[in-house]
Amino acid sequence: MARAICWSVWSSMSFSFVIAQILNGLASASSLFIVASGLTIVFGVTRIVNFAHGSLYMLGAYFAVTLMTPLLDVSRSFPMFVLGLICAALLTGVLGIALEVLLLRRVYKSPELLQLLITFGLVLVIQDLVIRIWGPLEILGPRAPGLRGAVSIAGVQVPSYDLFLIAMGPLVFGLIWLVLARTRFGILVRAATQDREMVAALGVNQSILFTGALFLGAALAGLGGALQIPRAAASPQMDIAVLTDAFVVTVIGGMGSVPGAALAALIIGQLNAFGIVVFPKSTLVLVFLLMAAVLIVRPYGLLGRAEPLSLRVVTPEGFTAIAPTSAPTWRWCGVLIAALTILPWAVDAYAQKIAIEILIFALAAFALAFLIGNGGLVSFGHAAYFGIGAYAAGLAVKKLGFGMETALLLAPLAGAGAAALFGVFIVRLSGIYLAMLTLAVAQIVYAVAVQWVELTGGDNGIVGVWPARWASSRITYYYLTLVLCSAGIFLLHRVLHAPFGYALRGARDSAVRADAIGLDVVKLRWLAFTLAGAATGLAGGLYAFSKGSIDPTLLAIPQSVDFLAMLLMGGIQHIAGALVGSTALHTLKVIALPLTDMWRMLLGVMIIAIVLLTPQGLVGGGLRLFRRSTRGGASA
Amino acid sequence: MMETGSEPLLEVHELDAFYGPAQALFNVSFKLARGEAVALVGRNGAGKTTTLKAIMGLIERRSRMSRYAGTDIRTSPTHRIARLGLGYVPEERRIFTDLTVAENLEVGRLPARSHRPPWTTTRLYKIFPNLGEMAGRSAGSMSGGEQQMLSIARTLMGNPDAVLLDEPSEGLAPLIVEQMAQAIVAMKNDGIAVLLSEQNLDFAASIVDRALSIETGAITFDGPIADLMQTRRHT
Ligand SMILES: Nc1ncnc2c1ncn2[C@@H]1O[C@H](COP(=O)(O)OP(=O)(O)OP(=O)(O)O)[C@@H](O)[C@H]1O
Ligand SMILES: [Mg+2]
Repeated sequence: MARAICWSVWSSMSFSFVIAQILNGLASASSLFIVASGLTIVFGVTRIVNFAHGSLYMLGAYFAVTLMTPLLDVSRSFPMFVLGLICAALLTGVLGIALEVLLLRRVYKSPELLQLLITFGLVLVIQDLVIRIWGPLEILGPRAPGLRGAVSIAGVQVPSYDLFLIAMGPLVFGLIWLVLARTRFGILVRAATQDREMVAALGVNQSILFTGALFLGAALAGLGGALQIPRAAASPQMDIAVLTDAFVVTVIGGMGSVPGAALAALIIGQLNAFGIVVFPKSTLVLVFLLMAAVLIVRPYGLLGRAEPLSLRVVTPEGFTAIAPTSAPTWRWCGVLIAALTILPWAVDAYAQKIAIEILIFALAAFALAFLIGNGGLVSFGHAAYFGIGAYAAGLAVKKLGFGMETALLLAPLAGAGAAALFGVFIVRLSGIYLAMLTLAVAQIVYAVAVQWVELTGGDNGIVGVWPARWASSRITYYYLTLVLCSAGIFLLHRVLHAPFGYALRGARDSAVRADAIGLDVVKLRWLAFTLAGAATGLAGGLYAFSKGSIDPTLLAIPQSVDFLAMLLMGGIQHIAGALVGSTALHTLKVIALPLTDMWRMLLGVMIIAIVLLTPQGLVGGGLRLFRRSTRGGASA
Repeated sequence: MMETGSEPLLEVHELDAFYGPAQALFNVSFKLARGEAVALVGRNGAGKTTTLKAIMGLIERRSRMSRYAGTDIRTSPTHRIARLGLGYVPEERRIFTDLTVAENLEVGRLPARSHRPPWTTTRLYKIFPNLGEMAGRSAGSMSGGEQQMLSIARTLMGNPDAVLLDEPSEGLAPLIVEQMAQAIVAMKNDGIAVLLSEQNLDFAASIVDRALSIETGAITFDGPIADLMQTRRHT
């Protein structure tokens, strides 16, 4: 049977089909390489994974559609088109300089989590700016003059523009190589990629180097975006899509390695082209399998190298120090629970609904705090487990005909199962690689939810996921949520202060040392990841019934960032931090959303401001101020 | 700016240094004159490396006074200190293994700032013939001794007036150590001041006249190296 399928697949691949797919794959490899090389150069020098790289790509595309029309009006010629490409790339490069000087420069010494968050804040800001300036609809760019037709190769009609793209890859690679190998700037970039500190000790002013790297990286992103406009319209959604692609290429190729990016782009280009034959719907699954395989064999990518052993910190000091919860704190927790118990009687139905959502988010955010604060596992894809829990509950009710009780049991199981599965790959990594893999995994889960329409309902999602009759009143559901969420939080909190929690923190602080004292670090981290997945899955299940419907946005990156933003606002050293953060963020969102169509910009600016001003989070910063004013009255 | 002949080239007064919350240097004070070679001796973990790193601004440090060539360097960033003409050759050599030998030297190149003839690759290849032969090769393929030579040569490309050398003889074969001593003496004869961190007193004595002794992060001796060897022999 399997053999028969194989045979039919191969026989369907006629010679001309193979040629067409190879060329197709090469064209997409070129595009992938151009974007990813910029990301990898910037990372190599600054050690910051620039989430805004996709935004720069998007801006490059928008600059190109805007510039191309007047340029081609002057003369409808190919050189004019190339001029447009160059202008778009240079403009984006200049924005890269601004980004470095105004923002990145302030966080080079900051923990990775904050660096990632600040560039993500920028993603949100740029998204809204683009919609403001160019509108929410796609904009079609002009076709390239002289490259509108197709060329016949071995009986296959290949679009001329694809051939142009195929040529651009090696051309850009060659130019990058010239810069890196033949200029003093390039030599310094390569040296700094290996050992920044030594470069400084030899008298090189790194600021100039970093600014230069950002210019180059941003210009490459802009060029990548500009090159796409004859093939695909410029749209405000293209930033995240390309970001995932670029992440995958750089992770597989090895962060910081330009040849690695080229190699990975070639492989992925072909994998996508021929993967269509095996998985017509989604080649992402294949790409993920490739990434997982590469990372298991070579944790730093095909041509990457291990991070130099330096004093890199993932999370801010104080941000991670989880204070043992003292007797007064427990008393406060009691007061809080009592207040939460009375709350629904004091407010209207709408506020009850908001309160339910806040409690649910608090559980998911606490699970994330548990991972970050104890495991040092900075997950950028936390929404995946939230969404999987929600889908598990929804599908259990709608497809399998289970009741709410069973569904709420299945939700944490599904969250745990997914976390256990992905965790096998994820927990082996650390720092940036881990953050990027969690994000890539979440994007793949998202893609599956969107594309597997028969099961998930695609973009429309699943509707009519209602609670059991006994829990159908809002107040009852509120109490159900309160009981389950506070139980979840207290259980996780208990684990924190059990030997398991101490061992996990030991593993976080020094993987080497924890190894030496006989703890199986990977297993500890995997258990923590699975446990957090279970708690988050439960939150997702509760959310599904509270809303009555599920859609893929629950799994999407913005949801993951919301969870991180909640922790940023609430801090994670306090048991109530997640609740404070989810209350702050969700309330703000509920108030602001009807008032402004620029919520993302607001959130982005808020994230950037918090990172720059009070990286301990609002609660952490507030507590510090309080302690300072009371001269350390309470013990830390 | 004017420099009087009597002013020391490098002067450190009550230097403290920290690794996170832990203090590793306590009140370290000393002077280094133009063209002078001084050894900084001490056991493993005494604080030699820490002293050099603190001067270069590579770790958190605090001092009452730190001046190099008449400039206050208490809070200067590392690259600015290097650009004043203070070279640093780290203990681990920290060669850029992804770069070729010639490219490593290029990273170290800074404009000449003194009356001395500037260092060029040609001049360095004369002192370190091995490097000349390997100029186009990847620095990662070199032996430990060759990497040490490259590390020194790379720092010389910055035309420093003083060099902080961290245990250049460590882990090298006796023959190479001999070559290393000759190279350092050549630097000294060229008028470059040297602060040489070293555990091997005999090696140090073949190069310098004066020594500082450091124990658990504090200076315990400052004087002729012969005296230090004398007291060591007696205890
Ligand atoms: N990165 C670090 N973090 C914390 N403590 C450190 C660090 N590096 C060195 N120390 C401590 O600072 C003290 C001085 O170390 P240093 O490296 O300066 O010694 P040293 O004299 O250079 O020794 P060696 O001869 O072994 O090179 C030691 O107690 C050491 O444990
Ligand atoms: Mg040392």
